Amino acid sequence: MEKFQKLQGIAAPMPLVNIDTDMIIPKVFLKSIQRTGFGKNLFDEMRYNRDGTEIEDFVLNKPQYRNAEILVAGDNFGCGSSREHAPWAIADFGIKCIISTSFADIFFNNSFKNGILPIVLPQEQVDVLMADAEKGENARMTVDLEAQEITTSDGEVIKFEVDAFKKHCLLNGLDDIGLTMEKADSIKSFEDKAAQERPWV
Amino acid sequence: MSPKTLYDKIWDAHVAHEAEDGTSLLYIDRHLVHEVTSPQAFEGLRMAGRKVHAPEKTIAVPDHNVPTTLDRAKGIENEESRIQVEALDKNAKEFGVHYYPVDDVRQGIVHIVGPEQGWTLPGMTVVCGDSHTATHGAFGALAHGIGTSEVEHVLATQTLIQKKSKNMKVEITGKLKPGVTAKDITLAVIGETGTAGGTGYVIEYCGEAIRDLSMEGRMTVCNMAIEGGARAGLIAPDETTFEYVKGRPHAPKGAQWEAALNWWKTLYTDEGAHFDKVVTLKGEDIQPVVTWGTSPEDVLPITGVVPHPEDFTGGKVEAARRSIEYMGLTPGQKLTDIEIDTVFIGSCTNGRIEDLRAVAEVVKGKKIKDGMRAMIVPGSGLVRAQAEEEGLAEIFEAAGFEWRLAGCSMCLAMNPDQLAPEERCAATSNRNFEGRQGYKGRTHLVSPAMAAAAALTGRLTDVRELI
Repeated sequence: MEKFQKLQGIAAPMPLVNIDTDMIIPKVFLKSIQRTGFGKNLFDEMRYNRDGTEIEDFVLNKPQYRNAEILVAGDNFGCGSSREHAPWAIADFGIKCIISTSFADIFFNNSFKNGILPIVLPQEQVDVLMADAEKGENARMTVDLEAQEITTSDGEVIKFEVDAFKKHCLLNGLDDIGLTMEKADSIKSFEDKAAQERPWV
Repeated sequence: MSPKTLYDKIWDAHVAHEAEDGTSLLYIDRHLVHEVTSPQAFEGLRMAGRKVHAPEKTIAVPDHNVPTTLDRAKGIENEESRIQVEALDKNAKEFGVHYYPVDDVRQGIVHIVGPEQGWTLPGMTVVCGDSHTATHGAFGALAHGIGTSEVEHVLATQTLIQKKSKNMKVEITGKLKPGVTAKDITLAVIGETGTAGGTGYVIEYCGEAIRDLSMEGRMTVCNMAIEGGARAGLIAPDETTFEYVKGRPHAPKGAQWEAALNWWKTLYTDEGAHFDKVVTLKGEDIQPVVTWGTSPEDVLPITGVVPHPEDFTGGKVEAARRSIEYMGLTPGQKLTDIEIDTVFIGSCTNGRIEDLRAVAEVVKGKKIKDGMRAMIVPGSGLVRAQAEEEGLAEIFEAAGFEWRLAGCSMCLAMNPDQLAPEERCAATSNRNFEGRQGYKGRTHLVSPAMAAAAALTGRLTDVRELI
């Protein structure tokens, strides 16, 4: 997995609440058996007309946000299905950090597995960052995972919380499966005990 | 020992390793797999030269892409869909997991097949790369959806890296009124808590109205726990559960059945156990409900009217304005004046035999509205066979419904069952998101009885007027 350490980039504002996984990547694009190539269809139905032309007023089609690497979004981002195609599409587009007041649980976990940092902040602070993002491409935010700090284009510093284990994995680009396999003995002894206690499983 | 919730008990019984910060390796008893979220996970195993750790605990079935028309033996027309199903055929064989292929009568929606075959048992941990895995919580199993990276993690290690969620209790007291069903309960709860109200929690549903539900009804309630944002929904197992499980192909038998039963009977929330959040609804206050917008929290009793965006606060004002425009509705319009083009009955929410019986009760001896497109898609081949045996299929066909083969179908419209732009559907499925059932399609979520009523009248209808 790609490491996430410090990111300085353009933030795009998407104040809509309940942005769901069907909006992020519609099901017609879930038929691939690959993990890559979903970025061009990120937010497909909001981003393109049926003839494939771009919808001009969609935020990521505006010239100042086409290279956004941060998304500041409304409450409950990523609700809906478990499709990891959603963070795959986001990462493939080039967005590496999403800031909101809350995230749906499965999407939140899926993001960390793909080098994306989802940050939860109180409404007032999301409002500050949303306003900063509204300024366009000159407003470059800095997200420092090690320090757990976001710096706005005006130099305002906002601290954020992140789970220590998830932070460690993201900073170092660690593969979960490899880490878990180091605990193979614990898994084996659990299985031996469970086979005694619940042999019907 | 301090009193524990049901969730605490199942969690504690499955922790294989716990780090100092509480990050745990949770052992997984059953891993269900379908064709959409698994190919990249199997490919990951192959690239790393890894095996499936416990193939005997892994059950695969194709459901999302499969055609539901009667001629599906001729194969899948869409090339990408076909490749995805073929990939599952190949992966199931290569890695040696249990498999129900498309032409097996037991094939169906993964969340219907699991319980039906007795794979899902009380006290288990169950995961699947599908958010509606919450369904299995109806058995008092800790069941939740995971992403593809986690699918690969479970395939490789039979564990998940997890931190414990908080406990939330949703109590439905008293009795339901006639015409009110499990679907109305689960939608009413989401209407109350919002789609983020359960985020960070595992919900335990309890109370008389929940106890009174059949297993089918309980599965409907837990199925939509995810729409309330919760990681999982749970209902403590009881005689109704044990009765349902007993004798199923993969349920324990003989002395093992007795041993299992002894443990299952300890799976309840202890008196005085702590819940971090409690929501209580009176069963008698719940009415048949419908959704008007594009989020499952946009719920109103069928007797209501389309709201004004200004009725809301914060970010929801803009979301409601967008929803009302997308849905082609007018604030103040009576919900029962909304005309319907299509009725979809099926899905892991409402594709079980009891759901089909509820539909038959409403439509028996009647005809659906002229020009109405109405389809019934059973949740599994066995549900279909049972409905035919009970004479339900004849009732459906006489009323004018299409009677389909099993699959996810128009719930997410990955197969050819889709809405056209602006086509309006009363659906028994679980999501009314923009484009969910087809590009620009408009979805109103309802119970099977309410969907049946809409099919007869051609508009959203209070089923209580027809029974």
